[in-house]
Amino acid sequence: MNFFVEAIAWILDPRHYGGENGIDTRIVEHLVISFGVVLVAALIAVPLGYAIGHTGRGRAAAIALSGGIRALPTLGLLILIALGVGIGLTAPFIALVVLAIPSILAGAYSGFEAVDRRTIDAARSVGMTEWQVVGRVEVPLGLPLLIGGLRAASLQVIATATLADYVGGGGLGHFLFLGLKTNDYPQVLAGSFVVILLAIVSEILFGVIQRLVIPAGVSAGMSTNVRVRSPRSQAATG
Amino acid sequence: MFTTGRGRLVALGAVVVGAAIALSGCATSNPLATGAATPAGGTLIVGSQAYYSNEIVAEIYSQALENGGFKVDRQFKIGQREVYLPEIEAGKIDVFPEYIGSLDQALNKTAAGGVEDAVYKDLTSVLPKGLRVLKPAEAADQNSWTVTEAFAKKWKLTDIASLKNVTDPIIVGGNSELETRPYGPTALKSKYGITTAGFSAVEDSGGPLTVKALVDNKIQLANIYTADPNIKSNNLVALKDPDGLFFPDNIAPVVSKKVTDKAAAILDKVDAKLSQSDLVSLNSESVNDQKSADVIAKDWLTKNGLLK
Repeated sequence: MNFFVEAIAWILDPRHYGGENGIDTRIVEHLVISFGVVLVAALIAVPLGYAIGHTGRGRAAAIALSGGIRALPTLGLLILIALGVGIGLTAPFIALVVLAIPSILAGAYSGFEAVDRRTIDAARSVGMTEWQVVGRVEVPLGLPLLIGGLRAASLQVIATATLADYVGGGGLGHFLFLGLKTNDYPQVLAGSFVVILLAIVSEILFGVIQRLVIPAGVSAGMSTNVRVRSPRSQAATG
Repeated sequence: MFTTGRGRLVALGAVVVGAAIALSGCATSNPLATGAATPAGGTLIVGSQAYYSNEIVAEIYSQALENGGFKVDRQFKIGQREVYLPEIEAGKIDVFPEYIGSLDQALNKTAAGGVEDAVYKDLTSVLPKGLRVLKPAEAADQNSWTVTEAFAKKWKLTDIASLKNVTDPIIVGGNSELETRPYGPTALKSKYGITTAGFSAVEDSGGPLTVKALVDNKIQLANIYTADPNIKSNNLVALKDPDGLFFPDNIAPVVSKKVTDKAAAILDKVDAKLSQSDLVSLNSESVNDQKSADVIAKDWLTKNGLLK
């Protein structure tokens, strides 16, 4: 409990703001890294996941591959990449993208798969082209699961981006590394609190987005969908 | 039903008692007791840390002593200082290669540091009774400010103070705590007036990532142990520290009363020859060439004419 109070005091201490190692600077760095990573991971994983979900091809390979990637220890990967590209943001960025891809990929393809086959058949039978089926039926209907995937990926990335500072990439990891080496545990706890806070904010934001982005037509039929959606999104993102 | 329950209870009790006996055996048994408690008369026990570089030096001491007609019992790879220091104090080890700065700090929590002579003097005053530290070698394994050879040439760098010659921005790299250490960038500024342009965290304690960052010129100044073979294999230069910014960690043997003047003279001769570049080469032979400690030690002793 004492540590707890000291950590809160550490966060509130105005001396810990401003400058290269200020909490505010580090939060901005941390958020920029996390946002960039999730964006890049989404640019890779969403088209891939949609392709898999729409065609139904390569699903087994995608599951096996993303399962394998999930098992990669991020710190080990980070050091391995850093030995190739050197210190700085590149290595942690790549390692974190690799961490974020499986969740987003799973969200993307499971979103497509969750769409009722009869709905797709109906779309085709009214004369929609394949692209229209994707754009007007599968993407909107699969959106809740995709957002769920992004939500999980963001959570993981925000928590793990603390590793970026292992190779001088910046971010909130600074307080953890410095505190651990100098036995300054209030600082470690303070750094952790800030990371936890960011993670919670991200969760709330995604919760709001998840409600907002679903088209009216979809949400109208959601009363029957809710039961399917909620456990599904857990499984797809876990 | 009752009897089976009781049988189980008895069995459980037996296991508990057995485990307790076995565990208490673990707690009291001394891994050194068998080897070290009953040394044959005239045998010197040489110990070493579980650190490859320390082991090579211990092996050099052992072979030199053997060459001088002493019988040597090798008790190498004894973990951390907390473990082996009581063994030395108890007289169970007779010769142990140590690092004067670290040992001084371990024995004297308020050690002031400074140059080699000052630290050596302080160390001799705080050593437990019955122990001696022989003359330190030139070779030291300590923190350093290290740059690349090209960088050193360009700015004519020799010691830490000469970093003032550098007019380009200097980015310092190392574990994040380096920034707050008494020998960190702040000390460079206050002691020598050297301004550094920034700090880049590389959390591998002067390991391969730090070396790579230095070689890639992403950082210009790093904290690497002076005897690290990476310094040699990557053409790095550890800047000299004449003012004792870092605790000097020269190698010196800690010896017990059993070490006679004749044996001490042999060790002194060895340490007189053990230069900094020698220590780095010895470490490199172990890390890069994967040679064993006894081969490395024998080669070095032969090369320096210390074997008859």
